[in-house]
Amino acid sequence: MKSADFVEARHRLEAKSLADVEKLTSLGEAVARISDGDHIAIGGCMFTRTPLALVMETLRQRRKQLTISKNLMCYEGEWFMAMDAVSNIITSWLGIGLPWGISRILREKGESGQLKLEDWSHMGMGMRYRAGAMGIPFLPSLTMLGSDLARVTECKTMTCPFTGEQLNLIPALFPDVALIHVHRADKYGNCQIDGYPFMDADIAAASTTVLVTAEEIIDEEDIRRHPDRTALPGFMVDALVHVPYGAFPHEMHGLYEADFEHFDDYVEAITRDGTSAILDYLNRYVFGVDSHEAYLAVFGKERLQRQAAAAMELVG
Amino acid sequence: MTMDYTPTELLSVMASRMMKGTGTIFAGVGIPLLAAILAKRTHTPGLTIVVEGGSIGPQVMPGRLPISTNEMRVARRATMLVGINEVFLLTQRGFLEVGFMGGAQIDRHGNVNTTVVGSYEKPKVRLPGSGGANDIISLCRRTVLVTIHEKRRFVPKVDFVTSPGFLDGGEDRRRSGLIFGGVSNMVTDLGMMGFDEKTKEMRLESLHPGVTLDRVIENTGFELLIPDFIPVTEPPTQAELDELRRLDPDHRFL
Repeated sequence: MKSADFVEARHRLEAKSLADVEKLTSLGEAVARISDGDHIAIGGCMFTRTPLALVMETLRQRRKQLTISKNLMCYEGEWFMAMDAVSNIITSWLGIGLPWGISRILREKGESGQLKLEDWSHMGMGMRYRAGAMGIPFLPSLTMLGSDLARVTECKTMTCPFTGEQLNLIPALFPDVALIHVHRADKYGNCQIDGYPFMDADIAAASTTVLVTAEEIIDEEDIRRHPDRTALPGFMVDALVHVPYGAFPHEMHGLYEADFEHFDDYVEAITRDGTSAILDYLNRYVFGVDSHEAYLAVFGKERLQRQAAAAMELVG
Repeated sequence: MTMDYTPTELLSVMASRMMKGTGTIFAGVGIPLLAAILAKRTHTPGLTIVVEGGSIGPQVMPGRLPISTNEMRVARRATMLVGINEVFLLTQRGFLEVGFMGGAQIDRHGNVNTTVVGSYEKPKVRLPGSGGANDIISLCRRTVLVTIHEKRRFVPKVDFVTSPGFLDGGEDRRRSGLIFGGVSNMVTDLGMMGFDEKTKEMRLESLHPGVTLDRVIENTGFELLIPDFIPVTEPPTQAELDELRRLDPDHRFL
């Protein structure tokens, strides 16, 4: 499918059931809906509210030849590269954060010509998902004009029919699957998010299939008490999994702060042992465990509590 | 001359002074955010800091400076949390007066590269990419570049225009459709720079205390316009340095 093919995207959406039924399932069953070759859009931003449990299960199920997209991509992008599971990355930035330097595997793959990465601006990514969420093929904007980003992507310029000014047309993205992590949801998939909304609602609306993990499953009545807090309507969600600490060691607003020491250790191992350290890491944290509970046990309760306390200091 | 401040402290103070009297700032993390907080707490209390991840008007806790533009540390006590598209759309509408950003490579027309060193198809160094840098420099009313002054950074022409300054100079930015904004100033640890009104070439505007003109020339990979009279920047005051060190006591960024 061409990225801006809004007609095809509409047909795919119309082919699925939107019935208001219970969506609760397991990580394994939810991720089984992903096929090899799919375009997976990842919610959250950088190391905040990343749907890590869903990402890790995708790796566990050995999905291949994926396209992955995210506005600012953190080290989950490195995992897909290390596993040779990705054939195209669509993002505006890939790394962990300034203190941890440039991603080593990004350099190795990029500099040896093995990487297919589409370079957009951050707003460019946002407009792509927003256009998808709006069901239209593109959005006009004033960004990316004149830059080499416009040259190496599918952007097109047009002369505004009203003013004569130049506009940059940013093509829509219609991902096959959205992976989203939220604070709470009821069993029908009505989802609420605290803190930054990022682009998750656009990503979900633009995608054909939406897989959600939630820190907490709450009663439908509690959703109805605060409907203004709902970010995704239940009919948009295909599968919902209850996963406390589903973004750990990334941040979840108000619940736990990102574990920067863990990032230090991760990057230190790569600096010391090369990018094979990423596979070692995955063997320990992803393939070496058979459930999210077992994954959290590798970190230990104290670590989880420490990061929860750090979050409380910031929002309390 | 001995200096009792680090290059990044100097950068932060000088960047902060560029914000005097400003209403709204699009601040990246690191030095731009430190500078913005310093500005708000000293000479510009009416400043609203806007952060890419969706935070408007945060009050950062000293010692808990954010690493990203999208975490709790920089959402703390914000007046509004919005989606990322909404931040950029506010910027496109013209609400953001000044953007502050750095860059791996910067050229004489203020173009910034954070994508690749070498060719795009076969890069010598693959860098992380644009993030919001392209959008900030394209959409803010003006943009200030903040960076350490090094020859390998200051190149005649960037290998890849991630974020457009004045492109090939003159009216080239305007011609490309970027009808608003542009790079107004550059702050480095050696001095302050601006751009020639007509040719849009980078021009030295002042030297920081103790910095010689030769040192600036040695550390710039292209011919900088040099005015006849070069003023010396006012050094950081103790009050400015104290405030910065209070914000970042562990010197994670300073």
